[in-house]
Amino acid sequence: MSGISRRNFIQITGGAAAVSTMGFSNILLAGKSAGHVVIIGGGVGGATAARYIKRADPAVQVTIVEPNANYFTCFMSNEVISGERSLDSIKFGYKNLESMGIKIVQDYASNIDAKKKHVVTKKSGNIAYDRCIVSPGVDFKWETIEGFDAEVAATKIPHAWKAGPQTALLHKQLQAMKDGGTVIIAPPPNPFRCPPGPYERACQIAHYLKHNKPKSKILILDAKDKFSKQGLFTQGWKKHYGYGTDNSLIEWVKGAEGGIIEGVNAKTNTVIGSVDEYKADVINVIPAQKAGKIAFNAGLVNDKGWCPVNQQTFESTKHKDVYVIGDSSVASPLPKSGYSANSEAKVCAAAVVASLHGKPAGIPTLVNTCYSLITPDDGISVAMVYNFDGKKIQKVKGSGGLTPMDSSEAMRKREARYAHSWFNNITSDIFGG
Amino acid sequence: MKLNKKVLGLIVLGGLAVSGNSWSGTASALDLANSCAGCHGVDGNSVGPATPTLAGISSEYFTEAMENYKDPEGRYSTIMSRIAKGYTEEEIKLMAGYFAKQKMIRQDQSFDAKQAKAGKKLHKKYCEKCHEDGGRSSEDDAGILAGQWMEYLHFTMDDFTSGKREMTKKMKKKVQKMEKDKGAKAMTQLIHYYGSQK
Repeated sequence: MSGISRRNFIQITGGAAAVSTMGFSNILLAGKSAGHVVIIGGGVGGATAARYIKRADPAVQVTIVEPNANYFTCFMSNEVISGERSLDSIKFGYKNLESMGIKIVQDYASNIDAKKKHVVTKKSGNIAYDRCIVSPGVDFKWETIEGFDAEVAATKIPHAWKAGPQTALLHKQLQAMKDGGTVIIAPPPNPFRCPPGPYERACQIAHYLKHNKPKSKILILDAKDKFSKQGLFTQGWKKHYGYGTDNSLIEWVKGAEGGIIEGVNAKTNTVIGSVDEYKADVINVIPAQKAGKIAFNAGLVNDKGWCPVNQQTFESTKHKDVYVIGDSSVASPLPKSGYSANSEAKVCAAAVVASLHGKPAGIPTLVNTCYSLITPDDGISVAMVYNFDGKKIQKVKGSGGLTPMDSSEAMRKREARYAHSWFNNITSDIFGG
Repeated sequence: MKLNKKVLGLIVLGGLAVSGNSWSGTASALDLANSCAGCHGVDGNSVGPATPTLAGISSEYFTEAMENYKDPEGRYSTIMSRIAKGYTEEEIKLMAGYFAKQKMIRQDQSFDAKQAKAGKKLHKKYCEKCHEDGGRSSEDDAGILAGQWMEYLHFTMDDFTSGKREMTKKMKKKVQKMEKDKGAKAMTQLIHYYGSQK
């Protein structure tokens, strides 16, 4: 589309009469090379997009800029915290992507020059792109909790909301804790990555405590008054962990009743709530979230700190030829989940390949499925199918929803098995192998 | 490429005309099938251990399964009834066509060789007539049994034998006869046979 601006383009398309010109549209295809796509972030969104671009058109050159040699999935990391699985089992490298011809640049992308069309990196200079896909995951609003920062999280009070060393640290702290200790989990306000995650974490930790340190207790200090899959989690807590009794392993304090926390004191292992102070043996504070740093540096965010996109293609509404997928994008009604990022990446990959070939984007179809494990044998899920109404993504009416409250033990056991199958399948979809 | 506005307008409009009334239209078979991969594996080849492989199953079988999941009185499931309701008849047909064209990859499963051997005999006697080629065939709407994930086969057969999922008359007769002749262990032996096949 050399020579015309986006605005003109819209005016032209809006003003012209309907004429079938299949033959003409091929003129736009002629002379275009397959192009170079630079992807920022080798997590769920980035790695999936890379693989699906290559699957759609191996002639497209794909580069991922990712600072870490491996990715630890946030999903199933709660099982690492409880000791049900190893940290290695959620660790994935990029060998399979490289064998597809995807180039991995192990570096930190600090900015995007959307006019000159290059990604600025720390060590590898500028990397030119035809299309850029940004999938940086979330960043934290440290300033919302006094006394909390990246250093405290890495050493004393892990958020463990990006899996890896902090997942291991939280696991170690639980193992070292005496029987009769208190664990505080402080879930963040909306919106945040993996809405059921903090409550599954409570289940996983409770499962560990029940079998190893039964005199201990988990206190959930929640920034919110309600949460994802609340009915099912509450039911599971009652069934397995004595919730609602004097001997409950889990206590939940909602935001309106003092759950909101304002600070932490890492020296005294204290959480400072809006009403009370709580001393604990192990503290897991998950701070409020926003789009990853690159999104701010590159001017891709709105005033709420997330990246608005064209929901048909995931192209940024701020910069042309730059796409944002995964937790950082505004893909609502899709939740910020691993399956969403995987699904969005496929829609985006197809749109990017179409655009490189001068073709219109297809019709998006998306799915989300989130499993949570209440015990290793008690699984619950939420699912939804999404389509596109011409302007935005919408839920397909009548589809999706939660595991029924009255589903049998046998069905819950199946869901737990399907949860583990889901993990195996989605990780091989993302990272290959 | 030098083009004047008028020509460009026609070209661009052509592109839009191709996608037509896209928003009442349907996503492509590939895009629809890709969205299943998170649970059912790339191209419908599940890496297990419980979610079934869809690759290679007949278009009729897939369509019937999905339509059954959509029916509130239909097929018993954990999650598929919630997901199937998200798709139109046309979308299901497209997915069905895609998965039917994929080649099933039979993964290694841990099975008991003795049980598998006994299962092979049982298969020949009670199942082969419809589930041809040792349960590898997807013809005549048969589900592929050979190489399917054993846990899934256990779930499915539990549902059939407990009456939660309806069997065809032919199948019911054979399953009941097998149970009467050989006892409850026969089903496990059959499943080990299917899991043993590469």
